[in-house]
Amino acid sequence: MTANAASPNHLQLTRDGQLRHFLTLDGLSRALLTDILDTADSFIEVGERTIKKVPLLRGRTVVNLFFEASTRTRSTFELAAKRLSADVLNLDINTSATSKGESLSDTLLNLEAMASDMFVVRHAQSGAPHFIAESVTPGVAIINAGDGRHAHPTQAMLDMLTIRQHKGGFEGLKVAIVGDILHSRVARSQIRALNELGAEQIRVIAPGTLLPRDVESLGCTVEYDMAKGMKDVDVVIMLRLQKERMEGALLPSEREFYRLYGLSQEKLALAHPECIVMHPGPINRGVEIESAVADGPQSVILNQVTNGIAIRMAVMSMAMGGQVAERQQTLTELNERGLA
Amino acid sequence: MSGNEQSSGASLKITGGRLLDGHGSDTSNRALLIRNGRIAATGEAAEKADADQTFDAKGCVITPGFVDLYCNLREPGNGQKGNMASETRAAARGGFTTVCVSPETSPVNDSRAVTHLILDGAYASSAIRVLPVGALTRGLEGEMLSDMAGLTAAGCIALGNGSRGVRNARVLRRCMAYAQTFGLTVMLRPENQSLAADGYAHDGLVTARLGLLGIPEVAETAAVMEMLLLAEETGVRLHLSQLSCGRSVEMIADARRRGIAVTADVAMHQLAFTEDALSGFDSRFHLRPPLRSEADRKALVAGVRDGVIDAIVSQHLPHESAAKQAPLPDTEPGLSSIESVLSLGLGLVQRGELTLAELIRGLTSGPASVVGRIASIGQDDIADLCVFDPDACWTPSSQSLISAGHHAPVLGQSLAGVVRLTLVEGREAWALA
Repeated sequence: MTANAASPNHLQLTRDGQLRHFLTLDGLSRALLTDILDTADSFIEVGERTIKKVPLLRGRTVVNLFFEASTRTRSTFELAAKRLSADVLNLDINTSATSKGESLSDTLLNLEAMASDMFVVRHAQSGAPHFIAESVTPGVAIINAGDGRHAHPTQAMLDMLTIRQHKGGFEGLKVAIVGDILHSRVARSQIRALNELGAEQIRVIAPGTLLPRDVESLGCTVEYDMAKGMKDVDVVIMLRLQKERMEGALLPSEREFYRLYGLSQEKLALAHPECIVMHPGPINRGVEIESAVADGPQSVILNQVTNGIAIRMAVMSMAMGGQVAERQQTLTELNERGLA
Repeated sequence: MSGNEQSSGASLKITGGRLLDGHGSDTSNRALLIRNGRIAATGEAAEKADADQTFDAKGCVITPGFVDLYCNLREPGNGQKGNMASETRAAARGGFTTVCVSPETSPVNDSRAVTHLILDGAYASSAIRVLPVGALTRGLEGEMLSDMAGLTAAGCIALGNGSRGVRNARVLRRCMAYAQTFGLTVMLRPENQSLAADGYAHDGLVTARLGLLGIPEVAETAAVMEMLLLAEETGVRLHLSQLSCGRSVEMIADARRRGIAVTADVAMHQLAFTEDALSGFDSRFHLRPPLRSEADRKALVAGVRDGVIDAIVSQHLPHESAAKQAPLPDTEPGLSSIESVLSLGLGLVQRGELTLAELIRGLTSGPASVVGRIASIGQDDIADLCVFDPDACWTPSSQSLISAGHHAPVLGQSLAGVVRLTLVEGREAWALA
């Protein structure tokens, strides 16, 4: 017997297959992911204008609900919402005050009562946006801005946009993701996106303590030796290493980690000559990446940040469109049945 | 026991059903006559006898009442999650006539006073037999021995650690040696707490994809191995409860071949579901131990089939709805399962994974023998019976469930298997309206 399993798509897609929440890349088709990238491309131009605004979300209220601290992600979501002409409310919520589910639900229901149209949610627990979309406020479009170790779908999509800009596409690409895969929501979403978009090889490079069990089932190969893993890759994505990993007996020292898995110029030289270097930020210079590499000619780290705004505009406008269409359709159906 | 006030002299005749017990006896259309709380006659003698009432069990299966070795009734101390009346009635609806209750009440059942409180509560409001399991260590803290002999004298049928581990192997060894002195059974849920750490899901495919914190299999298997070795050394009667790993079944089978006195149980939901149940972050399936892989599930089912696993338990753990209304990692573990055990089991029978006889053994004679009781339906046996219609269907929902916990494993879908009558010592504990 299988319990009500599997696809998150009954939650995040409308009956016509449009986005109405953006919770995870699991189950989203190549066509939809490409659509997000194309839409983002069209918004890049908006960022280059003197007046950087389009009226797609005029009159809509977007609430940035950050249950976990963030500077970059929150600011790019805020800018994205403002460029779409939405009214934006930023709430940094101390997780300790809302560690009980009941108060999380109450917080959200209160915000919904203020006629919010969209919640951008970051939360320390995997599945929190999923829970909100399913059980708390299904009528508000939920955008996942990072949940626990689960997913960071807008980060992965801005990375895909950056890769497409530099490599033209995904066919035949060899991509290495290096570092703390175990705790990384970014890596999980990237692996999923790269597989769906048709990358040829995804290698994860890390010591055994920083890899989830059964990681190959996500669609990647494991390499413990960075020199082997870097060979001929077109893209290398470095992940941030949290200091706490030393205390949890996952790693002996920063120094040893850097020596084995840090991206130095020597290791980068093993990759394809046109390999690009990416990092979701914030960077620990000298822990996972050498400064000369982070600031070097192959680094596209700042392009990622710029693309973040365009991707978030794309996802927010698409999800709002789907949510409004879904509401409209439900209302029409109720009318037809004479219930409204 | 109070229950339904049917005068003890009144007699009941059950006709037309298929009689099945856990010992392999299976006869169709054999009548039962129940008088004075016992089975007064069977077969032709029962058929011919006059009775005050007759129950037509055509199309039904009649078995000994189910015995649950691990459930939580939430009384005393957790009234918001359930109480003696609601949860024992839910159990009777599930076909259970005897339930062993976990010492994890509030206060913990580590003194005669609490044991008496539970038994008094059962006397006042339970229609079924409630057998307390005493705490193995004081306060279930895993540090000091409980008054094991005193708890037993007060009515505890075994000693256990509920869902908590005994971190210190030296303490565990002494608990076993002390329990062995008095011939007591020790019921343990094997979990190495330092390996389980903050996890809440099976460390495997689903945790890899969803970024959940995993509990590795070795958190259970390392504890099973340690407990088996300590049981071998101390000679205690050990019962390993709520298994989740296929490898645990192998180790127990090996230990038995070596002559170690060990028995085991598994929760029905471990036989019916796998880690996939969490793939939509469904907090109902936040369980401890977690639902594991399909290979583990199959090995556990095989363990029941082969008899290495003696008993199937409900692991009933009701909660108020708020305890499950949060992001998955913030919810409390446990299912409100006792009303669905039979239906999930019949699902396994229907798919050919277990025979009906194996299922009934796991729910009746298997668990009964672990706690030194008898579950059979012969002449003069105590009339603890379950009469169920294997083909009739019901739909679990927050309206239809009796338990105060509405997080049943299946909701809103039709399930086959409806208990029509549950008798405890001949008295009606549940009858379908």
